[in-house]
Amino acid sequence: MAVHQVKDLSLFAQEIRYYTLKQFVTMGFGHYGGSLSVVETLAVLYGKHLNSTPENKTDPERDYFVLSKGHAGPALYATLFLRGFIAKEWLQTLNQNNTRLPSHPDRNLTPGVDMTTGSLGQGISAATGIALGNRLARRDNWTYVIVGDGELNEGQVWEAVQMASHNKLDHLMVFVDDNKMQLDGPTKDISEPHDYVEKFKSFGCYSKRVDGKSTEAIDQAIEWGKKNKGKPTVIVLDTIKGQGVHVIEAMSNNHHLRPDEETTKKIMRECEALGERIGVST
Amino acid sequence: MKRYNEKDTVEMRQVYADTLLELATLDPKVVVLEADLSSAITTTKIKNQLKDRYVNVGIMEAEMIGAAAGLAVAGFKPFIHTFANFATRRVYDQVFLSLAYAKLDAVILGSDAGVTAEHNGGTHMPFEDLSLMRIIPEVTVYEASDATMLAALLKQGYKQPGLTYIRTIRKQAITLYDTSELFETGSKTLRKGTDAAILASGIMVAEALAAAEELAAQDIDVSVVDMYQIKPIDEDAVMEAAETGAIVTAENHNVIGGLGSAVAEVLAEKKPTKMYRIGIREKFGQVGTADWLKQDYGLTKIDIVKAVKHLCSE
Ligand SMILES: Cc1ncc(C[n+]2csc(CCOP(=O)(O)OP(=O)(O)O)c2C)c(N)n1
Ligand SMILES: [Mg+2]
Repeated sequence: MAVHQVKDLSLFAQEIRYYTLKQFVTMGFGHYGGSLSVVETLAVLYGKHLNSTPENKTDPERDYFVLSKGHAGPALYATLFLRGFIAKEWLQTLNQNNTRLPSHPDRNLTPGVDMTTGSLGQGISAATGIALGNRLARRDNWTYVIVGDGELNEGQVWEAVQMASHNKLDHLMVFVDDNKMQLDGPTKDISEPHDYVEKFKSFGCYSKRVDGKSTEAIDQAIEWGKKNKGKPTVIVLDTIKGQGVHVIEAMSNNHHLRPDEETTKKIMRECEALGERIGVST
Repeated sequence: MKRYNEKDTVEMRQVYADTLLELATLDPKVVVLEADLSSAITTTKIKNQLKDRYVNVGIMEAEMIGAAAGLAVAGFKPFIHTFANFATRRVYDQVFLSLAYAKLDAVILGSDAGVTAEHNGGTHMPFEDLSLMRIIPEVTVYEASDATMLAALLKQGYKQPGLTYIRTIRKQAITLYDTSELFETGSKTLRKGTDAAILASGIMVAEALAAAEELAAQDIDVSVVDMYQIKPIDEDAVMEAAETGAIVTAENHNVIGGLGSAVAEVLAEKKPTKMYRIGIREKFGQVGTADWLKQDYGLTKIDIVKAVKHLCSE
């Protein structure tokens, strides 16, 4: 496997964060909260583990990635730009008329997007099918999928987990972005989550909870998951909705924002400061 | 001629929340169900008043429909909301069997009709909800075109037995009706003309009225009818429109299965008439502003004007 690894994964995460924010600020609105909480996970996947590059993106032997919580599309687009799948100018077209970067990822529009998502629950099912197909074709590549904690409300997610576990899809790795919030509020107020790790274990998976704010912790969890045999792996990530951007983290509901002028300025200030810190040229 | 160029002072979602509060206050059997899109439709505002008769099940559309059916069995009257794409295509078998086939009373509101799903894009843009609902036996299907109408249709849905599906936009509509208006026949004639008739629903009614003005300036005199009841379709209104000899239907929806189809079915069997259906043709949804999407899919007054002129010149 030939991924050109990123040296500093936490720096890579900050770069993704920076370009994610840039897209939102350009468009004026979007799913800020849930895009920011997957940044570290995308950094570790695309910076180290996921064998998918602009060169091999149609090679069936590559690794596959499904963003089941499709509304985090902009974070994926920032990652795809930084990994050379799409041109920088594309980022300015997020959600514009005729764009190739819609709110929710579309495999027919954006190079590097393996599956079209946006209706919660469906991406993880597709991921089980990709993992099954790869095994049927005697390939030993990996399928990675990110679901939201709210998305776990959907029965379809649990159908997918049952299917994966029954069929011993041990090259499927599921990430739960457990930012404890869904659209209408805290997940625990809407549908009591109980203990996700226990639930996944009882469904026949390997599962553990790690700090989803730490690229190191995520990296270690993936290394662990890759050694697991005979069952799928589910990594539950402790994250914060709006992760890494103070003004947004502090909001009581940051699921979808259309910030006013003043808030936009604050977001831009934080974004520019971040850009300076990590040395990106604007 | 009455001008239709002002927007409603209230958003459609506010009408939904207000009307449900009114009905729930009068009737303890009314239960409001949401699937994590409650803030989007503003029923979060009424949840404290409704207490345990407001249930946000979470992102579980299938469960929401199934539970609504159970509530109806237990004697309650569920009002169910989610985006129209999820309310129909995501949970079609649950709607079909547990509600319609089981002959239970419920009202489903499908929001963000057609192009008004805007930047949520293709996954969230319903161009087929009316078709899906229309082919289910005994379901009443509406598309609301302004705030006054939506309140009336919700009350109608509350009163009538069986399953009612109401399609709506979420934000402000163009005002079409006085608050005293009654909606009894299934259609509203907003303009009478002799050269052609435009039969429209939802946001396309205002577009049709604008087209009619433009046509009038060119000495083409058309009727405009708001066909808010997609099923059962108002056959008398269709037959009357057919007297003009040319019919254009206009919907923010696929031309297959919705208003255009419903009108064509009446005409084909009872009075074959020249017609053209304005609507989505073999396209999926996509992201964009509603205005741009209307242009891209050919849903503007200009498209209607062209269609009418083409039919009239044949
Ligand atoms: C089937 C379906 N129902 C509803 C929605 C609308 N929706 C988009 S995001 C969201 C909340 C998702 O919560 P979560 O999975 O926790 O995502 P995050 O917190 O990471 O944004 C909802 C209800 C949808 N996209 N798909
Ligand atoms: Mg969440």
